[in-house]
Amino acid sequence: MRKNKVLSVLWLIPASWSLLRTMWMVFMHGFRKRETVNYPEEEVYLPPRYRGRIILTRDPDGEERCVACNLCAVACPVDCISLQKGEKDDGRWYPEFFRINFSRCIFCGMCEEACPTSAIQLTPDFEMGEYQRQQLVYEKEDLLINGPGKDHDYHFYKVAGMAIAGKDKGEAQNEEVPEDVRTLLP
Amino acid sequence: MATIHVDGKTYEVNGAHNLLQACLSLGLDIPYFCWHPAMGSVGACRQCAVRQYKDKDDNKGVLVMSCMTPAADQTRIDIDDEEARAFRASVVEWLMINHPHDCPVCEEGGHCHLQDMTVMTGHDRRRYRFNKRTRRNQYLGPFIAHEMNRCITCYRCVRFYNDYAGGTDLGAFGARDNIYFGRYAEGTLESPFSGNLTEVCPTGVFTDQSHSDHYTRKWDLQYAPGICHQCAVGCNISPGERYGEIRRIENRYHGEVNSHFLCDRGRFGYGYVNRADRPRVPEWTERPGQEAVTLGVDPALERITGALRQARRIIGIGSPRASLESNHQLLAMVGPENFSTGIESREQACLAMMNRLQETSGLPTPTPREIERHDAILVLGEDPVQSAARLGLNLRQAVLSRREELAEQIGVPAWNAEAVKTLGQDRYHPLHIVWPAPTELDSVAVARHALAPDDIARLGFAVAHAIDPAAPPVDGLDPASQERAGEIAVSLLKAARPLVVSGGSLASEAILEAAGAVARALSRRAAQGGLVLIRREANSTGLSLMGGQTLDWALDELSEGRADAVVVLENDLYQRLPADRVEQALARANTRVVLDHQRTRTAEGADFILPAASFAEGSGTLVNLEGRAQRFFRVFEPAYLRPETRIHESWRWLHTLAAGLRGEAPGDISLDLATRACAGAHPGLAGIVDAAPGPDYRIEGLRLAREPQRYSGRTAMRANLDVNEPRPPQDTDTPFAYSMEGYSGFDRPRQQIPFAWAPGWNSPQAWNKFTDEVGGHLRGGDPGIRLIRPQPGHREYPDPVFDDGATDSSGLRALVLPRVFGGEETSARAEPVRQRMTAPVVILARPDAEALGVRDGDSLTLLGVREGDSLMLFGGPDITVSEQEDWPPGWAGLPAGLLPGLGQGAILTLGKPTGGES
Repeated sequence: MRKNKVLSVLWLIPASWSLLRTMWMVFMHGFRKRETVNYPEEEVYLPPRYRGRIILTRDPDGEERCVACNLCAVACPVDCISLQKGEKDDGRWYPEFFRINFSRCIFCGMCEEACPTSAIQLTPDFEMGEYQRQQLVYEKEDLLINGPGKDHDYHFYKVAGMAIAGKDKGEAQNEEVPEDVRTLLP
Repeated sequence: MATIHVDGKTYEVNGAHNLLQACLSLGLDIPYFCWHPAMGSVGACRQCAVRQYKDKDDNKGVLVMSCMTPAADQTRIDIDDEEARAFRASVVEWLMINHPHDCPVCEEGGHCHLQDMTVMTGHDRRRYRFNKRTRRNQYLGPFIAHEMNRCITCYRCVRFYNDYAGGTDLGAFGARDNIYFGRYAEGTLESPFSGNLTEVCPTGVFTDQSHSDHYTRKWDLQYAPGICHQCAVGCNISPGERYGEIRRIENRYHGEVNSHFLCDRGRFGYGYVNRADRPRVPEWTERPGQEAVTLGVDPALERITGALRQARRIIGIGSPRASLESNHQLLAMVGPENFSTGIESREQACLAMMNRLQETSGLPTPTPREIERHDAILVLGEDPVQSAARLGLNLRQAVLSRREELAEQIGVPAWNAEAVKTLGQDRYHPLHIVWPAPTELDSVAVARHALAPDDIARLGFAVAHAIDPAAPPVDGLDPASQERAGEIAVSLLKAARPLVVSGGSLASEAILEAAGAVARALSRRAAQGGLVLIRREANSTGLSLMGGQTLDWALDELSEGRADAVVVLENDLYQRLPADRVEQALARANTRVVLDHQRTRTAEGADFILPAASFAEGSGTLVNLEGRAQRFFRVFEPAYLRPETRIHESWRWLHTLAAGLRGEAPGDISLDLATRACAGAHPGLAGIVDAAPGPDYRIEGLRLAREPQRYSGRTAMRANLDVNEPRPPQDTDTPFAYSMEGYSGFDRPRQQIPFAWAPGWNSPQAWNKFTDEVGGHLRGGDPGIRLIRPQPGHREYPDPVFDDGATDSSGLRALVLPRVFGGEETSARAEPVRQRMTAPVVILARPDAEALGVRDGDSLTLLGVREGDSLMLFGGPDITVSEQEDWPPGWAGLPAGLLPGLGQGAILTLGKPTGGES
């Protein structure tokens, strides 16, 4: 009986050891290299695939990549993207307006994943603090940059079958010249 | 009924169906392309393969196309069979070989049947490494955009356009893998049903051009159950709104009215709702000619009540394009003795007669769907395709259904479309048209008799007499007409279910009496016939059931000084009566208040304009031409995205105004109260309360969602105005929520369906999930309540009375012909419809043309119009002469809407244009 009682408090030994060891480890951290970055005096390193401020890019020819397909907006879990499709004289689709409400954005990157044209991309930049929330509503002028972003080569209209000025039917990738329906020849 | 075994389970199905229909009706998903519930099977796409077993012991089976296999008793099939699944996946892969990589820039994306089927069969990687075939597109007019690369050659377009709708200018060209669907040359698609191609086409070959101009994906639109306001058929529509504009009209399935199809006026005529010049805030013009001042709601109401209180007597002018609720609130405000329907006297007399005939002619009024089951048709003095286009399509199906009868005799099922068509050739059910101008239905008619209005009535009475000798004979009928009447009577009598179609297009009571006499004669011969009477406007029937004085009376009261104030409800009086008469009457009034959603000429001359809601922002009840009361619901709250707007339903404005006139505080008003007030005050309209569920209707405790679950941009679409989001608008009038929160599924039967969506079914084919069997009725019942029922009783024939009119030798009499595009006031303000309007044409008989010294293709100018005592002078537009062989002499046919306010039978003075500019 007494032997059992002694055995039942034996757990105190490893528990105390664990406690003392933890305190020791915490204490030893005081002598390690500092992880805290002295932001803003010190610049933060962000990996290239960091999901920060959203941009709209241009294709290698310098035209807007966004074709206003609305897939980013529907993928957005907080519904903070809204846009309107327009059509240019050359037949390209483009967003008449493109608005992201960054006060709602959770930087999840779903819009980037949904984008079929590599237009919308997240960048390694989180410095978006504002004193007025209204300033967090970005329009197309605020989002559109002058380069292709991370995807240097993709050009949607060179792949898609839709004809635009300068790229007729049959001139996209893997396309035959348009069929002549009036011919009977095989 | 038949018992079939699918994947080891036993089901009861309709044995007259094919397996695809049967399985879809059971809610089982089989992918398909070429089959369509309204057009049957042709077995062209090979997509709906299933494995069929001979009997219980057969464990091998064969692959069959489910759409081409009857659902015979004891059929055993497997949908979920490995080989069948692999086969279906291969078929989609083949179809996708040439599909362009352009879903992001395709208007069909998001409601695309091809996308749905590709996902359903599991094809997601391109294996074909060779080049894609491409094709050129065509310009097909302001309604339809064309992108041939996306075609999968299912042939649905030409089957709908040519076989179903009777179009002639769309065809399949080429051979083998070089098949092209388009016109022989670029140009506008001529059929007034071309818009249905956008829903019939399973891919994005034919898309809605008017939608593309302000494109929004289907999931981003906010919907409500709407009723088309563009004619009296009352087609059910799903208007879609985004950013405060109506972006698209889609068909909303109704088993008895419009089923799968709409006409182009209804589908593309919504643009007037988005016009920039719409009144959106109350306006006040202090003195005529002065600039209008905008007012807030309270100051406007104060000023208007102030002005109206000083009036000795207020005349209220209602409108057949406004809801019953709005008309009733106006009637309640001014009193029944001061209320006018806003309908010109002859039209109103015709409307009253049509209601009476529907009750007493002895023949019931079929629903548009039931029209398709009639087997002989007489169209007397009406052009259904122009005046009530959707009915024209029903009539065409009735005529074509002879094929199915013939097929039944030799045991070919009705769904076997190509076989039925080949068998039928050009054997049709008899259709007799009595109408002066060519019609779209001429090609399937036995004959069209081109007669002047009174001769149409004469022929009608002669037909009645030929059917039933007890009907009064017509004196002095020429032998040719006598013979025609005999022929028509024989073919109507031979039929099991003859149908008489007439209407108010020619504003002739004699024609309606004649149609009623034919109906009565048929009912006495114990035929199971039907009588369809076509009204002009969305709520003509409802307003005539409500009653009120004519517009002529209202203008007389004003111009003779017996009243000095007028309130006009959603009505442009200049469209109905000659301009000088309207102007003179309105000029005598001291206070002119106009409630409208359009800046009409009447509104421009008003002292006060109150911005009324159109069908997009307002709710209300309409009664269609079969007497069916249907409710339409507001799609969006305009003030949410444009806080400066002050648009409200007319019944709301008028209720508040009436309280102000009584010096009381405005009491409660809601859609429900307005509907009940109207139903309570007019016994004929008592049924309208039950036309749709009230505001406390819930499914599983949920409101009904106006937005699909994927609706995007909620937290951004208004962020440019203010980053702080207001609470979404609350709707206390209807059971719908301005949100994606709420019920939007298909498994609980319901009547009011803002938009059709089911998991895996994003295209309009999702409607199959809401119906009791595909192409049948909504599981919750088809919406609406029939108000006009035939009354039993024995009734005598009327004596034929003809209004031959003073045959005036001084000029030709106007025959205003209804027209789909431009013949209706509001849709004629929509840009695509404006582009689609035909050039102004005057149809003349050869002798009349010769007398004027013109020939076919020459130009004429309208110099003057005389109607009764009033004479109007025009320096009018040039009108092209169209000479027509059989056109009745003495009449000049003009399209409706060309000269607003021109009445039937007005005397025209036509002359050659003076050449130079004057």
